[in-house]
Amino acid sequence: MALSPEPDPGPPAVIELIDVKKTYRSGTLEVEALHRVSMRIDENEFVAITGPSGSGKSTLMHILGCLDVPTEGTYLLSGHDVSAFDEEQLADVRNLFIGFVFQQFNLLAYMSAWRNVELPLIYHGVHPAERRERAFAALEKVDLGDRAHHKPGELSGGQQQRVALARALVTEPAMILADEPTGNLDSASTADILDLFHELNEEGRTIVLITHERDIAARAQRVIQVEDGNLVPAGVELLATGVRP
Amino acid sequence: MNWRDTFRTATDAVRSHRLRSVLTMLGILIGISAVVLTVGLGQGAKAKVQDQINELGTNVLVVSPGSTTSSTGSRGGFGSASTLTMQDAAAIATKRAAPDVTAVAPVSTTSVSLLYSSTNWTTTLTGTTPAWKTVRSRGLTEGRFINAADEQRAAAVVVLGPDTVTQLFGQVDPIGRNVVYNGVQLQVIGVLAPLSSNEATSNNDLAIVPIATYQQKLIGGSTRNAVSSIYVKATSAGTLSGAYQETDALLLNRHQITTATSADFNIATQQSILSAATSVDNTLTVMLAGIAIIALLVGGIGVMNIMLVSVTERIREIGLRKALGARPRLIRRQFLVEASILGLAGGILGVALGVLGAVLLPQFSDSRVIISVPASIGAIVMAVGIGVIFGVYPASRAARLAPIDALRSE
Repeated sequence: MALSPEPDPGPPAVIELIDVKKTYRSGTLEVEALHRVSMRIDENEFVAITGPSGSGKSTLMHILGCLDVPTEGTYLLSGHDVSAFDEEQLADVRNLFIGFVFQQFNLLAYMSAWRNVELPLIYHGVHPAERRERAFAALEKVDLGDRAHHKPGELSGGQQQRVALARALVTEPAMILADEPTGNLDSASTADILDLFHELNEEGRTIVLITHERDIAARAQRVIQVEDGNLVPAGVELLATGVRP
Repeated sequence: MNWRDTFRTATDAVRSHRLRSVLTMLGILIGISAVVLTVGLGQGAKAKVQDQINELGTNVLVVSPGSTTSSTGSRGGFGSASTLTMQDAAAIATKRAAPDVTAVAPVSTTSVSLLYSSTNWTTTLTGTTPAWKTVRSRGLTEGRFINAADEQRAAAVVVLGPDTVTQLFGQVDPIGRNVVYNGVQLQVIGVLAPLSSNEATSNNDLAIVPIATYQQKLIGGSTRNAVSSIYVKATSAGTLSGAYQETDALLLNRHQITTATSADFNIATQQSILSAATSVDNTLTVMLAGIAIIALLVGGIGVMNIMLVSVTERIREIGLRKALGARPRLIRRQFLVEASILGLAGGILGVALGVLGAVLLPQFSDSRVIISVPASIGAIVMAVGIGVIFGVYPASRAARLAPIDALRSE
């Protein structure tokens, strides 16, 4: 599908999905996880994607995160059509445009915090001295400057997730994609992390937060609700969210 | 991501999974040390044989009695006959009959027990002529060798090997003292210089008497004219085959044998002894090397096995690295580098263990081990190669993992 550049002015789109479909095949059974989904997320938005488990929310997150490619349709990430990219190109796109935050933190246990934060920069080909500097700056940003040399095992859950957030930030990505980032945290740490997301959003970062918890989704500017592989229309979505900030 | 980062990432992973890394290395370590030690043993055995043969002296032929055919037509084995005589030796020594021969030493040997005061020592009593010293290229540390006058008078004198002196006399100077064999007093007139070989050989433990003394005063018997063997020294390396042919023709003629196949003597050259001995050693070396290679193969399969376990165990790590932007190629490279680091470490430790074995083994047995530097370097290269070869499959499995599957796995 050929696509002309954005006709409308306004803030440029970070994400644009056009008729994206994803089918999984297990044996002879074909499961359509996403049916022709179209959506758009602009720069500096703080969007929550929510929905019950099995709704296609995870599939959508994988496609948005370039961890998987759509079966059909077009995905434009910062203007690049990534739907036809091969594995190597997708790896580069993830490295350049996306900062991931996972529910399980996914820090490498045998490396100190700053070495974990440094990882994406290694794959980006940044010089060691600059890597170290940027990793420490990112840790400073999440208030963990004094924990740079601790290994993940020596940090609390909330601290570990902040390290993961620093790792997501360090490449200055187009968006931060957080998959249930507070799923493994107590309420204090949850509030902590959410405040951090807001702070980052205020500084101009685009944040996409995937969660099944309504009260967490409620803290986003906009909620996209997924159900049975479809996006729930905007009106319903507003109802679900309640107040918008 | 450059090679330095790849290398650092790989060493981090190897170090952080210490037990697993050590176990992986162990297979290669054992294989490599087996290879190093085997090759070393093979070379040591070869060098030992070479030394022993060199101890014969240079350009030497050894004529030994062959088989005889009895009146009933049955042939005895080589050495069963006493067909060689003093006269044979004298004939080979004549310049006209054998121009390529420079010296000839008939030798008769028996194992005897010598006595000095109350010390008793069993050694090889060797009756020979003064030419023996030239033929066998031996020197003396003390006194003199037997001479023609001793030979003429059948003098009761003896030249002892260095080990024999140590055993019989200890710290006492043996020159001029008497040793007793069978009631006969033999005066020690000289001590042979030791041969360089490390092993105790009969070349350093022997007692030499004039052959006339040997035959007339010490051993005697019906075959007093027969000798155990005749050492023939050619004038140079180039004339060795000439000397061989002259000796052969002369002895066939003297023994009135018309067909060479029924010769009642046997002539061995250093080369023929060497090739016979080394062919046995080579067979052994090939066999041991085969075992060592199997050990290495098993080590390699161990590497593959543990690398595969490592890939499975680290699926989340691989998934994460991919999510953060590691290209499949980099993941493959990282695992390959890890496998080769394990191979390299195993190889270096294996060579170290092999060298340690080479130092320790001769303390417990008389085997000599020669560690060669090229073979050790080759072994290390081989170890890295094994790491890489057996790391390819696990590495490509790791590279092919889809990042979401990898991240999802618990």
